[in-house]
Amino acid sequence: MYEGAVQDLIDELGRLPGVGPKSAQRIAFHLLQADAEDVTRLVTALTEVKAKVRFCDQCGNVAQAERCRICADSRRDHTSICVVEEPKDVVAIERTREFRGTYHVLGGAISPIDGVGPDDLRVRELMQRLASGEVQEVIIATDPNLEGEATATYLSRLLRDVGVTVTRLASGLPVGGDLEYADEVTLGRAFEGRRRVDA
Amino acid sequence: MPLYRDEAIVLRTHKLGEADRIITMLTRTRGRVRAVAKGVRRTKSRFGSRLEPGMVIDVQCYEGRNLDTVTQVETLASYGDAISRDYAAWTAASAMLETAIQLSEEHEPQTQQYLLLAGALRALSERGHDPSLVLDAFLLRSLAVAGWAPSFHDCARCGADGPHRAFNVQSGGAVCPLCRPPGSSAPAPETFALLAALLSGDWDLADASDERHRRQGSGLVAAFLQWHLERGVRSLRLVERA
Ligand SMILES: [Zn+2]
Ligand SMILES: [Zn+2]
Repeated sequence: MYEGAVQDLIDELGRLPGVGPKSAQRIAFHLLQADAEDVTRLVTALTEVKAKVRFCDQCGNVAQAERCRICADSRRDHTSICVVEEPKDVVAIERTREFRGTYHVLGGAISPIDGVGPDDLRVRELMQRLASGEVQEVIIATDPNLEGEATATYLSRLLRDVGVTVTRLASGLPVGGDLEYADEVTLGRAFEGRRRVDA
Repeated sequence: MPLYRDEAIVLRTHKLGEADRIITMLTRTRGRVRAVAKGVRRTKSRFGSRLEPGMVIDVQCYEGRNLDTVTQVETLASYGDAISRDYAAWTAASAMLETAIQLSEEHEPQTQQYLLLAGALRALSERGHDPSLVLDAFLLRSLAVAGWAPSFHDCARCGADGPHRAFNVQSGGAVCPLCRPPGSSAPAPETFALLAALLSGDWDLADASDERHRRQGSGLVAAFLQWHLERGVRSLRLVERA
């Protein structure tokens, strides 16, 4: 245990995902030794992200306004929605330049063991977007692991009677991994070869 | 550091750091074990899909002070693939895996529990029975293996010959008119018969049961389970019942 402020900082850092007690301590001492300007820049970035960044009303992606830059872009294909688990998956797919439609960010995958069911994700919002009839295709791009697969199973069943084409990214994405780690070529290929789901 | 090798069922995984996962598994001979799988979330990981929940594996680990580390995995049965394509089966499997976590202890051999879980996962993947029946059969038998076998015929308190009309979770199942505590329920005789069939493995009777009795039976099984497990099983709320 350290005194007051240092221990407070270690405790706060230790609550971040992926940061264990040892890393928290290392980061804390790095910050203690860093230039004041560097630390001020970090503090500003943290404050700004909470003050300015929000979630897109339409797709749930991170945004600086009511609509994110993709939803607000009229050159994007608004008849096509790609459903992903997290905002970082949007970034991964955008990197491939294969997809010109819009996104829908669920906020995770269905995981009964963690107490996360369909009602805890942005599923209702997805169904609302489909109600207008503008959307023709829904591409399900949940993670290529069992939770992602089961979430895709649930969604395709739900979308069966809505009158949209439902596709799933082609296999070829190695099962068990996170979508964000797929390289651009593999992910791009998975997009081209997406297959129709007839649930 | 000592190496060991065992058969195991992956119960649950947690993300760790950038690309690792902590794998909680029920092994055949050494009870519940937690081990780190390094780099498993990278799509080029040599572990691939072998460490997903519900997978039955032949695993090699080395023992660590807090956590073991997975060094090699071979798939013995990948029931998870088929199960994840059937939403009702997948929610049932989640409840089974969560129950197995709660009923097992770290490093305490529980081979019967292991075999029961492997059998139930196989049954789900084969889609021969309603997933909800497979789940209830698994839950009843797991409780029995843990020493909490409910009675569906003779009185759970005094042993008086059944059948009886009343059911009381705290007393351990069916209760006779003399032992019947206040607040006992009175399920349909068919529900008693269904639960007894699930416990003994009489699938002809179970498959022929009707929906009303399945629902009533599931309610009693859930109440029984929650009574015996301190923390309750979260997944049960999300199990899709026909
Ligand atoms: Zn948006
Ligand atoms: Zn009695």
